[in-house]
Amino acid sequence: MSATHQAVWLFGGIALTLAVASVIGRRLARAPGGDSNPAVENLNARIKAWWVMVAFIAAAFLVGEGGVIVLFALASFAALREFLTLTDTRRGDHMALAAMFFVVLPLQYWLIWIEWYGLYAIFIPVYVFLLQPILVSLRGDTGRFMLRVAEVQWGVMVTVYCLSHVPALLTLEIPEFDGNNLLLVAFLVLVVQASDVLQYVWGKLIGRHKVAPTLSPSKTWEGLVGGVASATAIGAALWWITPFSIAEAAAMALVVTIMGFFGGLVMSAIKRDRGVKDWGRMIEGHGGMLDRLDSVVFAAPVFFHAVRYGWTI
Amino acid sequence: MMIARFLAAATAKLITAMAWVVTGVTANWQGCTPSASPRVYFANHGSHGDFVLIWSVLPALLRRRTRPVAGADYWQRDWVRRYIGASVFNALLIERDRTGRSTDPVQQMTDVLQAGSSLILFPEGTRNTTDERLLPFRGGLYHLARRCPEVEFVPVWIEHLNRVLPKGEVIPVPLLCTVTFGAPIRLLPGEEKSAFLDRARDGLLALGTRYSERHV
Repeated sequence: MSATHQAVWLFGGIALTLAVASVIGRRLARAPGGDSNPAVENLNARIKAWWVMVAFIAAAFLVGEGGVIVLFALASFAALREFLTLTDTRRGDHMALAAMFFVVLPLQYWLIWIEWYGLYAIFIPVYVFLLQPILVSLRGDTGRFMLRVAEVQWGVMVTVYCLSHVPALLTLEIPEFDGNNLLLVAFLVLVVQASDVLQYVWGKLIGRHKVAPTLSPSKTWEGLVGGVASATAIGAALWWITPFSIAEAAAMALVVTIMGFFGGLVMSAIKRDRGVKDWGRMIEGHGGMLDRLDSVVFAAPVFFHAVRYGWTI
Repeated sequence: MMIARFLAAATAKLITAMAWVVTGVTANWQGCTPSASPRVYFANHGSHGDFVLIWSVLPALLRRRTRPVAGADYWQRDWVRRYIGASVFNALLIERDRTGRSTDPVQQMTDVLQAGSSLILFPEGTRNTTDERLLPFRGGLYHLARRCPEVEFVPVWIEHLNRVLPKGEVIPVPLLCTVTFGAPIRLLPGEEKSAFLDRARDGLLALGTRYSERHV
């Protein structure tokens, strides 16, 4: 089966799943008292937003590698904007902040486009790490200097560097998998997002024991185990779009779902610290871009390196 | 005439679209809902883009009838500003210089309100570049409230736009902005100038407090 065929089957499957979810959502809303139930309303808003998000990803896939790189660059832009809105930057940071948005972000994605692994792997953690405090110190404002520098750097690491490892999957050369790398992107995003949804579903159904009550009241052990197990099963069932065997696909799915879970936990800790519920209001029912991508952000680099060390030449 | 009006509308769309790309601005109708009756929206002032942000979160129908109040000296300085101020946003230009002015700003504003339009007003009088959250209010708000006792005065807090483009900077930094509309106030019978201005200022500050507390 060619990559195009596989993509058609994959997106067909996703559309079918969403269609079933939409029907269920509409039934729930029509049930007595359903349309005034905030949980049902939120569910339907989420399903609608999923349709839009899947449409965007499908459109990017149709355009090809460039489309996926641009899509994730835009996602990084939105995520960085959300992150930096919650940091305590001052006027002295202005030049450095502008550089992050208009130089660092495009440059990172351009390096991925030209497939320069040697530089895109170290550009932000080494060069931006040094450049950003230089720019800040040039403005001479030393108040809370370390704090300001650290917050911005961490934001750029998470929202630009880590997230850019999703399209970076396109640069890997995997024997007998030529031209199919887009499917690796689909595998990663699908498994991580499925894990998020299934953790939520399992948690709602049988969740009792909270994992970290001070961080997130919605994350339960039952949800975690159920979500990770079922997302791992989905990952295994998707082995046919990957260069992995069934067991390898399951192992990969297990790793990314666990990383994804902890990503959500870490990003919740930041939101708690800042006293906000969501990162933004970009996607109805989901909050901001980072609310949707927090788990992808943490899973992407690990998945990228696992594939790179296990399957490339 | 048709073409000029179309161009002005297109420019307005372009400016508000740009503002949205940079700030992703969202509206918080906390103390009231959009209304067609004449209102005075009074807001904190940290950036030249303040009125654009308020203007762009208003429902499209109300936008046409909502006019920002702006200093004539600034908005008449060159043709770009004249065009954007007068034609695109239909700003009500007032002479800020007390001596030598030929028109009475309060009378101008009263006329506009009586004609059925709303106003966007920055009672601090100038952009706030200090570390204070809000500068003292000028008296105009009170005089306007006295002439138009039936008009609702709605406090509007703009969050983060001063970080997007601080004074003296050229490149805007994209950060999310929110525009929060508070509960309207009116001049109470017999209320003194300072009491009314304090009440208006406190009402505005209260909108920002909740959001900004975490920045302490």
